[in-house]
Amino acid sequence: MPILAKDIEALIRETFPDAKITITDLAGDGNHYSAEIVDESFREMNRVQQQRAVYASLKGKMDGANGELHALSLTTRAPE
Amino acid sequence: MMVNNHVKCNPEPFAAKHQTYEIQTMSAEEQIKETVTANDVVLFMKGTKQMPQCGFSNHVVGVLQTIGVEFHDVDVLADPAIRQGIKDYSDWPTIPQLYVKGDFVGGCDIISEMTMSGELGELLDKSGVSYSKEAAKKIREGNAK
Repeated sequence: MPILAKDIEALIRETFPDAKITITDLAGDGNHYSAEIVDESFREMNRVQQQRAVYASLKGKMDGANGELHALSLTTRAPE
Repeated sequence: MMVNNHVKCNPEPFAAKHQTYEIQTMSAEEQIKETVTANDVVLFMKGTKQMPQCGFSNHVVGVLQTIGVEFHDVDVLADPAIRQGIKDYSDWPTIPQLYVKGDFVGGCDIISEMTMSGELGELLDKSGVSYSKEAAKKIREGNAK
């Protein structure tokens, strides 16, 4: 079940309203994306904590065989 | 894997009956905990290091093998309980997952970033895990543009 880039962005945006979010459809199949999220709230977190927070914002869409999103490559950081 | 785990923790003779019982009742969480404690470096992955079944798992296997890190692989596709169990254990929804000295390090993206930044090497140094510093440097230089 494909998911649209703007839907992914909207989900992440709910948790990170002020983030700079860039979604790229890697394979053009609505199933393999990369997302770069730059947000001030990441400054005090390590990478695992940052990406856990992003995964949480996706509310189970990544989960297992029933997840709509097979592959989302994440890059997270605080603004320079 | 379960049998191996068990043999390690129950060396005493006479354990045959007991053994079966333990295998059945050892929870995924307990199995995972024992695996990441007994091995310095563990990769939970789809497929095996000889035959990865997913590009992301393949990528991390490639990094570890290139820099010469000895690691224990756990194929999550072989056991649905472990596949779900490791996600709960790490609070992390995707596979692969790398553990060093019992601590969760990250998934494919984090390992890639740490490889390029040199942080993976620092972590291995700090953890007393041997690897080829030269190969790690080559990866960084080869990918730097």
